[in-house]
Amino acid sequence: MTQIELRGVQKFFGAVQVIKDLNLKIDDNEFIVLLGQSGCGKTTTLRAIAGLETIDGGDVLIDGKPVQHLKAADRDIAMVFQSFSLYPHMSVYENIAFPLRAMRKSKSEIDGEVRSVAKVLQINDLLGRKPSALSGGDMQRVAIGRALVRRPKAMLMDEPIGALDAKLREEMRAEIKRLHIKQGSTTIYVTHDQIEAMSLADRIVIMHEGVLQQVGSPSEVYKHPANLFVAQFVGSPVMNVANAAVTMNGSGARVTVDGAAEGFLFPAELVGQLDAASAGQDRLALGIRPEGVMVSREPADGYLPVEAHIIEPLGSYDIVDLRVGTQMLRARTRSGFVGKPGVQVFARLDPAQAHFFDTASGNSLGVRL
Amino acid sequence: MAAVTTSAERSLNKLAIVGVLIVTIIFLAPIYWIASTAFKPRNLATTIPPTVVFQPEISPFVKLFTKRSQLRTAPTPEQYAAAPWWERLVFDGGEKVVRSGRGEVQWSGYPSRFMNSLIVAITSTILAVGMGTFTAYGFSRFKIKGEQDLLFFILSTRMLPPVVVAIPMFLMYRVVGLNDTHWGLIILYTAFNLSFSVWLMKGFMDEIPKEYEEAALVDGYTRMEAFFKIVLPEAATGIAATAVFCFITAWNEYAFALIMTNRRAQTAPPFIPSQVGSGLPDWTVIAAGTFLFLLPVAIFTFLLRNHLLRGMSFGAIRK
Repeated sequence: MTQIELRGVQKFFGAVQVIKDLNLKIDDNEFIVLLGQSGCGKTTTLRAIAGLETIDGGDVLIDGKPVQHLKAADRDIAMVFQSFSLYPHMSVYENIAFPLRAMRKSKSEIDGEVRSVAKVLQINDLLGRKPSALSGGDMQRVAIGRALVRRPKAMLMDEPIGALDAKLREEMRAEIKRLHIKQGSTTIYVTHDQIEAMSLADRIVIMHEGVLQQVGSPSEVYKHPANLFVAQFVGSPVMNVANAAVTMNGSGARVTVDGAAEGFLFPAELVGQLDAASAGQDRLALGIRPEGVMVSREPADGYLPVEAHIIEPLGSYDIVDLRVGTQMLRARTRSGFVGKPGVQVFARLDPAQAHFFDTASGNSLGVRL
Repeated sequence: MAAVTTSAERSLNKLAIVGVLIVTIIFLAPIYWIASTAFKPRNLATTIPPTVVFQPEISPFVKLFTKRSQLRTAPTPEQYAAAPWWERLVFDGGEKVVRSGRGEVQWSGYPSRFMNSLIVAITSTILAVGMGTFTAYGFSRFKIKGEQDLLFFILSTRMLPPVVVAIPMFLMYRVVGLNDTHWGLIILYTAFNLSFSVWLMKGFMDEIPKEYEEAALVDGYTRMEAFFKIVLPEAATGIAATAVFCFITAWNEYAFALIMTNRRAQTAPPFIPSQVGSGLPDWTVIAAGTFLFLLPVAIFTFLLRNHLLRGMSFGAIRK
């Protein structure tokens, strides 16, 4: 049973504030992913929880007790580093036994625990080897084994699979998930890879320039991004964002992207919701993911004529850049749906997948249609 | 790299091997000279042209380790019969010498000088490398105010020839009573080697990723434990290299040893040449002393050769 809480955490490196008033509560057994670009403060946050970095303000609480003054060794937390940091002069066995030796356990106890962890991670055959004789994936398993063996209150992982190649990364991602489900421990995982975050997390914590942007389940963060940063950081391909104007037109609303002659048709309640959010017409941005842009080869009701500009075939689907006014909207289509660049097709936006943002603050206006 | 070696490359390779051989011979020739002279009978030591083939003997070492004095005549058969085996070795060489004193074996000054050299060089190496390792770790891992200035200051102690301070050091040592003591030389050599040791170890420490210690810290160890269990084994290569250099410097030091010591704490370097001056120089004895003096450094370096060849502990971290 381990809960971790950050209360108003501040951290400076010289004059630069790398963590700005961070508040976060992590529940027992939860798998939390800190997601953000490099330099956003996510790794510093992790190191502050581990005790490898002091904080300049606020509290770090583990099970309700402030620990910011405790040494790393006294916090009972394990960490997996991006570089794995296996001790090169020790065998795999010794590496895994190392944290147990700090606890002054007996030889037989250590032996039993090392072997049981090795079995879980399927590295029994490697125990006698030196880390330098291991493959990247095995190094990673050993690093995780060393963290797990002590049954720490929480596991911290700092981009643990960032150094592996793409195929192995996918494998290890699944393995980490499997382990978490099997072993169940509070885990905080740092990554800049949103796919990793989406696939692993119970909740994703998105940070930008030291400020927490949004906390939520992967689908929440994906479907209802709190602001423009989250909207464009999460999801691949990236969400389309375009300045837009909303007008009433007969029975429905029309959303006109900058420079376009005609607007896309939206339900009338959009106007009411925008008014409720007191959105300013001149600072409105429309956000829509490529899968929310519907493309038709024939003219149809509600579809506007647009020109296909660039087609990126990605195997299972294509990404087509559509010129709308002065803007480009990227649409996701079946592969080969649009024959070649330059042809005219017809597009419509799915109101349920549209997001509206205030361009001044960047915040979502909370429109749900 | 070319897949096929051309004949031009092959002859270039041969040329390189010949070059390496020539350089090796130039470097090893004096060592061969000393070693061969150390085992020569006295009358063959200074022949022209040099004697290459001879019956090696150990009488120079007997003479090196025991005190004896020159006689006018060869020993009588009774004297020869009474002498121990190793003494006869000296007589066999046709030398007119006898043990000084009244029959009992007397050690020469060499063994104690040799011991002094060992004591001083080993102790000062341990101290210099130990303190240097700690200091370098501090400089490498912690933010220290004026770090660059401090490091430069440490280096600056090496910027003038040490002999320049020999006279002031001598006077100071006399006041505090460190003249002709082991500790006097140990402190001197430690101070002299420390800057070198700090700088060399700093380079090695910087190469050890700090994630190793951080991993140990979260694994439940204190920084001190992490230092001894993780950093020191990782730094073994650097420590070995630094120790070899410090040991050689302390072992070979001549000027200060000559000025600061004369008897009790005198090391081998000032002692060996002092034997040239007493009577007719016996080059075989001097060569024997020098030959023995070369051995510890050779053995020390040989034992640490694996550590001196870098690369053993690297490669377990992905960069």
